[in-house]
Amino acid sequence: MTSTRARRQSTLELVAARIRAHVVDMCAGPEGGHLGGALSSADILAALYFSVLNVDPQRTDDPDRDRFVLSKGHAAVGLYAALAERGYFPVEELTTYGRPGSRLMGHPVRAVPGVELPTGSLGHGLALGCGFALAHRYAGRDARTFVLLGDGELQEGSVWEAAIAAASLRLERLTVIVDRNGLQLTGATDGIAPLEPLADRWRSFGWAVRDVAGHDPDELARHLDAGPWEPGRPSVLIARTVKGRGLPFLEGRSSSHYVTLSPRNHARAVRALRTTEDAG
Amino acid sequence: MSRATREAYRDSLLPLLHRHPELICLDSDTGLFNAAYAEEAGEQYLNLGIAEHNLMGIAAGLAACGRVPFVNTMAAFAASRALEAIKIDIAYNRLPVRIMATHGGLAAGHLGPTHQALEDLAVMRVLPGMTVVVPADAAATEAFVEQSLGLGGPLYVRLGRKPTPPLPLAPAPVIGRAQTLRQGGDVVLAGCGPYPVLACLAAADALAGEGIEATVLNMHTLRPFDTETLVAAARPASLVVTIEEHWCHGGLGGAVAETLAEAAPTRVLRLGVPDQFVTEVGNHEHLVAHYDLTAERLVRTVHSALSPAAR
Repeated sequence: MTSTRARRQSTLELVAARIRAHVVDMCAGPEGGHLGGALSSADILAALYFSVLNVDPQRTDDPDRDRFVLSKGHAAVGLYAALAERGYFPVEELTTYGRPGSRLMGHPVRAVPGVELPTGSLGHGLALGCGFALAHRYAGRDARTFVLLGDGELQEGSVWEAAIAAASLRLERLTVIVDRNGLQLTGATDGIAPLEPLADRWRSFGWAVRDVAGHDPDELARHLDAGPWEPGRPSVLIARTVKGRGLPFLEGRSSSHYVTLSPRNHARAVRALRTTEDAG
Repeated sequence: MSRATREAYRDSLLPLLHRHPELICLDSDTGLFNAAYAEEAGEQYLNLGIAEHNLMGIAAGLAACGRVPFVNTMAAFAASRALEAIKIDIAYNRLPVRIMATHGGLAAGHLGPTHQALEDLAVMRVLPGMTVVVPADAAATEAFVEQSLGLGGPLYVRLGRKPTPPLPLAPAPVIGRAQTLRQGGDVVLAGCGPYPVLACLAAADALAGEGIEATVLNMHTLRPFDTETLVAAARPASLVVTIEEHWCHGGLGGAVAETLAEAAPTRVLRLGVPDQFVTEVGNHEHLVAHYDLTAERLVRTVHSALSPAAR
């Protein structure tokens, strides 16, 4: 405990903490938001936008940029927080989330700078990512493509259509991250439709697989920066995460899936994040 | 000479691929393209396998990066199975994906309702920004493929399967502009697709023999719909009859009825495939005859509507 307290937070950990703080604030707005799955993705998003992705918020149409697709589009509040922190639009705009006149919809839309394609209906992102990766290859660009999938989303058959295609097309500059928080709207993913052995499943589809703890953004970035891991194969990083990560009163509960935080619970959440940060 | 519209499309695409490096032909193992074609097209042809949602998604990703994909599947699979990917990944983003949908209408013949598409026009024409065309013959197909080069958003092209007869010589149709094949002030006969348009022409001939003059409209574009031409034709007429290889709701007949109800109220009668799944077995022509999508039915429909008893 003493040693963890003494350790200084890394830049990526600080970014992840800010993303979580924004997510909590947005979910305290009038519409609420997909809190649990945004918090489980926060470290992944921090790693992507502050280490891995070769992007420039000032040049969102640069053809050589890396592409990112948030296939689990319901984690929009997490993506918006990451984009704002990265400088795509002012952080103050996050307060407009879900309100009339805002461009920050409940699922990502292209009107938001940095959003490549809209998502929200599950099972779409990987095929889009295959299209990006293929276009880069045709154009002779080195750019990489990253797709963040939810684990419940893996129940959609279209994910596996695209998984077959990516391997068959040898899209080695395509990387999937699975936010493996183990929970979906009404309960445990493995109680509803078992996904394990998940790494073996992806491997059998022809992917290079790494199965890691999902809340150390520096470690996540190290893996993602290193890709492709095996020549000729797309990569999948299974990130073992905790739904609602950072809020002890919601962690590991499927009830964190969609939350409108009351003023009292918002204050509680803000305190909890500060405590986590201090302890981190 | 009779020719399949899907083959006319295929053959007209190849030289375009050579001239326009941004074009790419994405296949879902339809069998329309042989090995020689694939070799000739080089990396501009890709068979992605039997996965239609994936096909549309990859096309969207490519189009978002500046490519212009021609995706190939059957109309039945495009309009139903892959519809969500078309709606969200392609139409929502206004991406220039060309959906080349074969076996449209009753063209699948004996293959049955799993392969027939009698809902595709209704489904596609409701999507914002989608251009929807039904070429009536091979020449029109070639014209539309060429014209697609200048089109910004997504395009749905309903194609056939087996050879169908050509229309009598007429100028090449233009996407978005209904083609007036014959003018007459009494009734309007409006169709889309090979057999329905030919039926309109034959019916107009027969009616002229009785002193009833019909305007014949080849309504090959269902979206954007040429309201102007339709309204101008309907104004002097007492009756508009539509005919199509489609369930009666939501297709060409629906578009005509919606348009005229608002712009020029006129009596509209819609002929199409009855409100049921096909049970009859037979080839395309047999099914067209069986469901009576014929000139004779058009004539009977006009007779009974114009008879003094019906007024």
